[in-house]
Amino acid sequence: MNALLAAPFAVPLTGAALGILLRHHRSVQRVVTATSLLLVLAAAVTLVAATGDGEVVATRVGDWPAGLAIVLAADGLTALLLVITSAMAAISVAFARTRGEDHHELFHPLVLTLVTGVFLALTTADLFNLFVAFEVMLIASYVLLTLRGGAAPLRAGVIYITINLLASAVFLIGVALLYGQVGTVNLAELHGLVTTDPNAQVGAGLVMVAVAVKASVVPLHAWLPRAYVHAGPAVTALFSGLLTKVGVYALFRLYSVVFAGDAALQPLFLVVAGVTMVVGVLGAVGRGDMRGILAFHMVSQVGYLILPLGIWTTAAVTAGLVYLLQYIAVKGALFLAAGAVETLTGTGQLKQLGGMARTRPLLATGFMLAALALAGIPPTSGFVGKFLLVLAAFEADHLLLGATAVVVSLFTLLSMIKIWNGVFWGDTTAAVADERRHIEGLPVPAGGATDTPDGEPTATPPASAPRVRAIGLIAPSLAIGITALLVGLGANALVELVTPAADALIDPSRYLEVVMRP
Amino acid sequence: MSAAIIVGLLAAGGTYLILQRGIVRMALGFVLLGHAATTLLTAAGGLGNRVAPFAGAEGALADPLPQAFALTAIVISFGITAFLLGLAFHSRDALGDDDVEDPVGDADDPAADPVEPGEGER
Repeated sequence: MNALLAAPFAVPLTGAALGILLRHHRSVQRVVTATSLLLVLAAAVTLVAATGDGEVVATRVGDWPAGLAIVLAADGLTALLLVITSAMAAISVAFARTRGEDHHELFHPLVLTLVTGVFLALTTADLFNLFVAFEVMLIASYVLLTLRGGAAPLRAGVIYITINLLASAVFLIGVALLYGQVGTVNLAELHGLVTTDPNAQVGAGLVMVAVAVKASVVPLHAWLPRAYVHAGPAVTALFSGLLTKVGVYALFRLYSVVFAGDAALQPLFLVVAGVTMVVGVLGAVGRGDMRGILAFHMVSQVGYLILPLGIWTTAAVTAGLVYLLQYIAVKGALFLAAGAVETLTGTGQLKQLGGMARTRPLLATGFMLAALALAGIPPTSGFVGKFLLVLAAFEADHLLLGATAVVVSLFTLLSMIKIWNGVFWGDTTAAVADERRHIEGLPVPAGGATDTPDGEPTATPPASAPRVRAIGLIAPSLAIGITALLVGLGANALVELVTPAADALIDPSRYLEVVMRP
Repeated sequence: MSAAIIVGLLAAGGTYLILQRGIVRMALGFVLLGHAATTLLTAAGGLGNRVAPFAGAEGALADPLPQAFALTAIVISFGITAFLLGLAFHSRDALGDDDVEDPVGDADDPAADPVEPGEGER
């Protein structure tokens, strides 16, 4: 069981090394990536079963004595997040393969390095190791973002890199100050020290601020919408499912274990969560492209995700975790649908799109289901999360926050309707009507495009390859959309699965015990 | 005290350079900021104990943990520096110089970066 804890970062790291060695064999790289991610998924499912009753699994890396060793630990939250992140990573990579986005020889090794950092951040019980995990994850993301070349991705990339490097430096300085004050970086040993020692609060506070940058909490959010729209569509989906969510996870873990649920911080979290929701959703109003709107909504949703930190009751944390788990998949589905539209038509601008509900009804269905889940409309999974969250806010007498959450949901729905009207309804525009040409133009490994220089297709579409392409582009978002609907209908199972994890966050005594004596 | 002054100077210089426009200056800024963090980490272990932390050594041993942290941080900041300089090199090819600010257009206007449908698998 304990060896399973090393698998989530050891397997993809080995896969990344293999991928670099096999960089001239794209198909072998694909197999390595898929195998690594599926192995992690299998390990994660086993961990979910092992931690289902509130149990915590921990191991000392390299069998060093306690105190020196880096401790890896998994409780319910870690295990559930491992499942959803590894699944989303696999889906994004499959989508990248369909789009041909993985043509660069380093794409697969970089993705595996990225997920190594993500999985290590989820499993580590050591503050300095958390810093290293963030760095591994971010360095891979810097390269993935700028891999496409070109002026705009470069400009966006430099903003993203600068902000995140600065946050990392702040994180490191925070760790140094904390270690200088209390002499340990083990999360369990830090438990409660921060609330009693004002000097330790400075270091821990810096760490929290740095993590908040990575989670893209307002007012530290401005880098996200600028950077994410310039990555390739599959990479955007990958980032949306993994990067900011790891930041949110770290906020939960640090608040639960290091700050011991310190009530003095809760008003701050409430204000920040409310402002994040509102600012993100208003930012989306000004955008006219699919991924730009979705990226601002990502900021807005972070507000919902950190709202439980400000309430910190079992009901609120359960709701927050239900929301987080379904949101990772739903947001990924929306970005994958946007990527499919961009690939099929060559543009993501709402003005140039229209009528795709007629030409691509299945893509429209997938987008609609995911969009309804994002806005929180019954009977989707998003409704369950939001309903429980708002209910918990009202029960804890945070009426203003609960109301804000409901109103922001309406604005979210408005944005989704804006995309829906722009892309899927209305008259079929030239870009959509020309779709067949674009999809033929997609490079097919064995065979060529049929365009003449005039731009007119010379022959009937080559039968199978483009159709397979289209299915590969549309299937991921449709599958996730249908899953969101099913989860929404059978939400009780998910709530019951998540409740022990929420209890373990509110009362981390078992986590502390196991991490202290692994 | 001397460590505090060094950290202060490095952090001030690093912050100043990060606020500059060119990627090379930013890279140098992050080098300085990384040094500030490393110095702070080393200082966190106490500067009084000077004997190397070998098993069986005489005298007051230095705390090995911050030294390990500092080494890791140095390796990471070295990698980051190399990447930033590579990016500066790349931006000279793509933009003409290493100044990434867009003088005319809006840097986050995606219309300036149309998605190529046939992108990839060249």
